[in-house]
This record gives sequence, C-alpha cells and structure tokens, in this order.
Amino acid sequence: MPGDAEFLAGDVDFVGLAASLVMVVVALVLSRWNRLGIERGIGVAVVRALVQLLGIGAVLAFILNPDRSLALSWFWVLVMLLFSAVVLSRRAGEVPGLFPIGLGAFTAAAVVTLGVIFGLGIFPLEARALVPLAGMMIGNSMNATVVVARRVVEELRDKRDEVEARLALGQSSRRASLPYVRSAIRTALTPQVETTKGVGLVFLPGAMTGLILAGVDPVDAVKVQAAIMFLILGSVATTTTVVGFGTAARLFTPDHRLVQLDRPAGT
Amino acid sequence: MSDQPLFRFDSVSVVGSSGVRLGNVTLDVAAAGITVLVGPSGSGKSTLLRLCNRLEVPSSGTVQYRGRPLSEFDPLQLRRQVGMVFQRPVLFAGSVRDNLAEADGGAGQSDLEEALERAALEGSFLDRPAGELSGGEAQRVCLARALVAQPGALLMDEPTSSLDGAAVSRLEQLARRLADAGTPVIWVTHDLGQMRRIADRVAVLIAGSLRFLGEPGQLESGGDHELTKFLEDADAG
Repeated sequence: MPGDAEFLAGDVDFVGLAASLVMVVVALVLSRWNRLGIERGIGVAVVRALVQLLGIGAVLAFILNPDRSLALSWFWVLVMLLFSAVVLSRRAGEVPGLFPIGLGAFTAAAVVTLGVIFGLGIFPLEARALVPLAGMMIGNSMNATVVVARRVVEELRDKRDEVEARLALGQSSRRASLPYVRSAIRTALTPQVETTKGVGLVFLPGAMTGLILAGVDPVDAVKVQAAIMFLILGSVATTTTVVGFGTAARLFTPDHRLVQLDRPAGT
Repeated sequence: MSDQPLFRFDSVSVVGSSGVRLGNVTLDVAAAGITVLVGPSGSGKSTLLRLCNRLEVPSSGTVQYRGRPLSEFDPLQLRRQVGMVFQRPVLFAGSVRDNLAEADGGAGQSDLEEALERAALEGSFLDRPAGELSGGEAQRVCLARALVAQPGALLMDEPTSSLDGAAVSRLEQLARRLADAGTPVIWVTHDLGQMRRIADRVAVLIAGSLRFLGEPGQLESGGDHELTKFLEDADAG
C-alpha cells in the first residue's frame, strides 16, 4: 500500500494502473460466464478509454501549463464545442440539420454557464478551471441533447394525427408542436434532475471523489462539486431547450406543414 | 349568389416518395351543398382534401379558394377559414372546453356553446373530460372544435370510418344541416352508399385521376373499366 504522501498526491503509477485492469478481467470473465458475448466490446472500450485518456492527458498537460496563454484554453473550448456538435449530429443521425442546432445549443450553454461561473467569481478564470469545467458542461449535455432530439422526432412522428389536427385549427407550427417539445425536454432533463437529487445520498460524483482522492479537504471538495452540479444542470437545461425547439423547427416547412417523418428501418 | 367555385383545381399533381398520388386533376368544387370525393383506398381522395387547407401542396398546378390562389393566403388564416375533421377523432388531453379553446383561446362561453350546438351536443359537455367520450361524441366534439373559428367551408376526411351505425347517420345529418345553413362541405369516403345518402355532387378518383364529376344519379362507368370495377366492388362490399 502506498504511503500517505504518495496517496494524497493522487499518484497512480503505471503498475497501479495495470493492477486496476484486474477488474476488467473480472468483467470479461463475467461476460464469458454469462455468455453475454460482449468481451470484444469490453476490450475495445478499455483500449479506447486508455488511449483517449492518455491522449487528452498529454493535451491537457500542454494547455494547462501556466506559462501558456489563456487564449489556447479558449481555443480548446471552441474545438470541444465544434466536436460535440459533430458527435451530436452523428449520434442522432435521423434528425436533419442537427449540427448547427447543436453548435448553437452548446455555445449558448457555454456563454450562460461559463459567464455565470467566471462572471460571479465562483471559480477563477484560468486554464485549470476553464478547460475541465467546459468539458464537463459539454460532455454532460451531450447525452441529454441526443435524447431530446430523438424524442422530438419520435413524438412528432408518432403523434402526427394530433399535430396535424392542431395545424388544421390554424395553429402555428411552433404552437402545434409545443406540447410534444415540452414532453421531450422533460424526458431529457429528468435524469439530470434525479442525479442532482440523489447526489451525496446515492452516489459520490466523480469530481468530488477525484478531489478527495487527491487530498483536498472533503468540505472544499463538496463545495466544488455542488457548483459543478449546478453548472451542469443549467447547461443541460439550456442545451435541451435549444436543441428541442431547434429540432422541432426543422421538422416543419415555412408554411406550417409537418414534413414526412419515416420510421427507421427495422422498427 | 356568386358562381365562383369553392375550390378550383387546375392541372394539379402531387408526387410523393411512393410515386404519383394525384395526376393532373382539374376540378371545380361548388360553393354550396355537399361534394363527396369517393374512390378506393389510395386513390388520392385524402391528398386532394389536404390540398384544400395546405396540409399538402401540389407538385404542379394550382389550387384556388373562392377565386384566389391558395399560395396567396396566409396558411394559418386559410386553415381557420377552411375547417377540417379527420378520419379518427383526435382529441387533446383535458376537457371538451380545453379542446375547443385550442381553436380559439379568446372564444367566450356562448361561442363554445354555439359550436357544440351546431354539432348536436349540449353545453354541459364543455366540462366533460375528453377521454371519457364515446367515439361518436368525440367525433362531434372534433366537429364542434372545427366550427369554433366559424369556417367558410368544412373538409371531412372519412369522418365516420371509426363510428357505429347510429353515430354515422348522426354525423351525416349534421353535415347536411351545416351545408343547408350555408357552410359547404367536402366529404371523403370510399362508401358508395354513404355517397348516395349525402352527396349533392360527386367526384370519383381512381389511381390519382378524376374519373367522374357530376350528380350522384348520373354516376355510371361510361366504359371506364377501372370505374366499372370500383362501382361493382363498392356495391358488392
């Protein structure tokens, strides 16, 4: 077992990292034993995670070097925004024209949440805070935006009769789609709200755990974690709202007709 | 009274991903009485109807409403002037009052009661939950909802296909009453018996093309094999 000083520094050497792979072996054995057939998937996931994390570690070490300009960090945030919009439009490929909507949503969330965080001085505006906070904000928003985009398409496709009945009454496409967009946003936001409710009781979130492992006082770690959770909640709410309404707007023509929405093959 | 048709379809075609749904249809729909669009499934009847309130637009050709091209209308205004009742009664969550308010949030109690009355429903229906209505009542609430905006014409897309006998004749009588009171009705059906009961004029569509336009008593195949087959099949069915 490492000594206290080494442990507080959060220093896991490559031998320690290799030892943690024992748990991957457990997962592989369980998969084989239960005939789940996901051994290859587990293997690919572990290798990808290792390569991606080591890669991002090297990039972060470069960017977060105190000698570098903060502009480099902002540039990195911009790259993350672009990349996240690409990932969103790929993961919800059935939604037409999602890239600009996603880029708008993530940018809006970045402006709002980072503006509050740094504008109110919750965290100091430096690379060490900017890059990971923006990363967490965008990463956590990603899943919710995929859910809301898909959900809006499903709702408007499955409830086409209702939507057209509303349009036939002379309602605008925005008003006719509102109940279904609201429902989709609620669905996408609920997991984040539940996570926020359950934090500390059901699970200890990653940032706080990481800080405590690195030797930070638990009360300070909790304060940081609370601020991050509220940042994420705000960004998820912002991105799902923009993507929800943006997706719905894409599914109507300018003269308020619902476009043809085909069910994906195999469903 | 003006001889202006209610709708004028001029060389109208609609082409969708599955092919031609309407092919070069030219047709005047009279501005009075009940015009029935009849034809087998997939013949383009509903497509023709949905062109009237711009839920669909033609791939080519023009549609006019009371002498003015539909493209010149604000689609939202047009849809308030041309009401529509769909095949399946589609009610929104909430009460009957909530449903009628979707058509016009500013409508007062007397406006809502009048709309219900025109659909042969009592004012006490306003506070009934929409989910507790029978199929016939639900379709009449849909009719009342379409009437809240006081439309100048009514589109009815196979409105009785999910109803039983008594509810069917009730809705047919209501359409007749509305037409006689000055609201022209275009009614889509594949049922020749229903067409004969309610139509002042009939247009037969088969495979996206117009095969007959005239009074119901004049309907005969005239050597058109597909029309003959439709009439025989429909009467046999």
